[in-house]
Amino acid sequence: MNPLSKPWIWSWGAAAIVFFLTLALTSGRGAGELAYAALSFGAFAAIVGLGQMLVITLGPGNVDLSIPASMTLSATLALKVMGSEPGTAFFGLFVALAVGFGTGLANYALIFLLRLPPIIATLAASLIYQSIAIWSNRGLRIKPPPELADFATGRMFGVPNVAWVGIALAVAVWIVLEKSAWGRWLLASGQNLRAARLAGVPVESVRAATYISVATFAGLAGYLLASFSGGAALNMGAEYLLASIAVVVIGGSSIAGGNSNVPGVWGAALFMFLVVSMLNSYGAGAGVRNVLTGIIIIGIVIAASTKRVRL
Amino acid sequence: MASHYRILLPIVSLAVLLGATFYMQPRAMSYFGLNLLFNLAVPIALATIAQMMIIMVNDIDLSLGAFVSLVACITATYLNDAPLLGLLMLVALIVTYAVLGAVIHALALPAIVVTLGMSFVWGGLALFILPSPGGTSPNWLRSLMTIKPPIAPMAVVASIVIAAAAHILIIRSRVGTVLRGVGGNARSVERAGWSVIRLKALAYGLAGLFGVLAGMALVGLATSADANIALRYTLISIAGVILGGGEFVGGKISPVGAVIGALTLTLAASFLNFLRLSPDWQIGAQGTILILVLAARLIFRRKGLEV
Repeated sequence: MNPLSKPWIWSWGAAAIVFFLTLALTSGRGAGELAYAALSFGAFAAIVGLGQMLVITLGPGNVDLSIPASMTLSATLALKVMGSEPGTAFFGLFVALAVGFGTGLANYALIFLLRLPPIIATLAASLIYQSIAIWSNRGLRIKPPPELADFATGRMFGVPNVAWVGIALAVAVWIVLEKSAWGRWLLASGQNLRAARLAGVPVESVRAATYISVATFAGLAGYLLASFSGGAALNMGAEYLLASIAVVVIGGSSIAGGNSNVPGVWGAALFMFLVVSMLNSYGAGAGVRNVLTGIIIIGIVIAASTKRVRL
Repeated sequence: MASHYRILLPIVSLAVLLGATFYMQPRAMSYFGLNLLFNLAVPIALATIAQMMIIMVNDIDLSLGAFVSLVACITATYLNDAPLLGLLMLVALIVTYAVLGAVIHALALPAIVVTLGMSFVWGGLALFILPSPGGTSPNWLRSLMTIKPPIAPMAVVASIVIAAAAHILIIRSRVGTVLRGVGGNARSVERAGWSVIRLKALAYGLAGLFGVLAGMALVGLATSADANIALRYTLISIAGVILGGGEFVGGKISPVGAVIGALTLTLAASFLNFLRLSPDWQIGAQGTILILVLAARLIFRRKGLEV
């Protein structure tokens, strides 16, 4: 089988090229540090990207725009209940996941009960989550408990702990998608909702589980990111709205749904970080960096799509 | 019949919200009061029409906010200092939008991703032009936006003009009908002898044109610009189109509804100010209003079935 026919190869290839282009500047010095940083920062994009991938797999029109708000709200509330006290890390994790679960449930309730288009439902709901986060946070910056901060910034076998979490989650999502009935149902619903329903797939339960999963992943990402960066901030999730969608598409999942690609999400998450650091090390200002990032995203989408047509 | 219901809900929501605002603050029921309430409505209405052009052909534009910000930056710098160069840049932006539409169609690219990538490009260019907030609105633009017409304030008059122009262009004209047809069934439009790639380019070009007008109107009101001035317009414009009775697929859109949707969203913000709601809950309340209005669609849809 032609390895180029695997859609995820593109994002990994692009990440590798950018990695070596960056190292070419330093003639190979700092390779370990760069890889370590990419794994750390890529992990957050990968975790929310995996969630967004599940939602996008549900088919056209399905996307979760409330990821940043869910991240912020989960992180804020989790840090608040932990109150920097040692030994509360697991309780905080539970709270973050529960908040994520709750926002996912609320999103789905709006979509199902009020028949709102998911884009609008998650957008409107995210405004409410944001308000709750502002209200509960009051501008305070609560530090994570020390052992949690150590974990989030620590490493195991040379790989950042947050990346291990992201990898474990990716493996879990891959197994669920490929090996479980639920994963097959999700793919079937994304390919043809009506056919799936007629074939006896409980499509509404599948959709509910998917919207809850993405928000729970967002809660996890928010919890880790806040622990990693020493506290929750109200705009901490902002960049993950576009990033979560971008990693899914660069990763080779079909934006039309019904076809998802777990390894590609990780490749794309590394790529997104590496592009920015490459442009930084080549001395590009913020403006040039953004323009080139955008052009590269579009270039990859065009390259991936023409390849698909030819095959 | 269905199309009548499509426009009824936005009108009712705006009327209810306006009634509630006047009840809270009777002094708002004046020329000056209305002007304050709808002050920022013109750029939002124009951006909503721009987004509607894209939704009309079954796509979605995630770059509109960054695009309007870029236009604002160009307007506050080049268009003020070197009008000809500024004008050329704005025309080039519109052409770029049209080309994007053609490329998206020709290569069957997902619009959501291409526009996502373009949002980085527009944002980067805006930062490049105006690294820190500043610039000055051209005087003619400033006086155009602050003109005081008789009877109704500028924001209201301009909204009516925008709605009427977009209605004639999209609903009444021949090409508008075909454009909506692209959203409804692109293949049959193609079979009927139209070039869908040209129509898509036209729809995107129109979106670019209205986006440019939105950025210029915004600078006329704000008198200066910054690279992030209109980022929230992306989501506001999508909400405005849907609030106005539009749908994401099928070319089912209403220009008049979209303008009313934009006015409703603008008014919602003013209304919440009058409520003296804690600033913490302002955006949350906007989300709630959005959900409530859209939930009302359910009732109307059921009524539509009975008729």
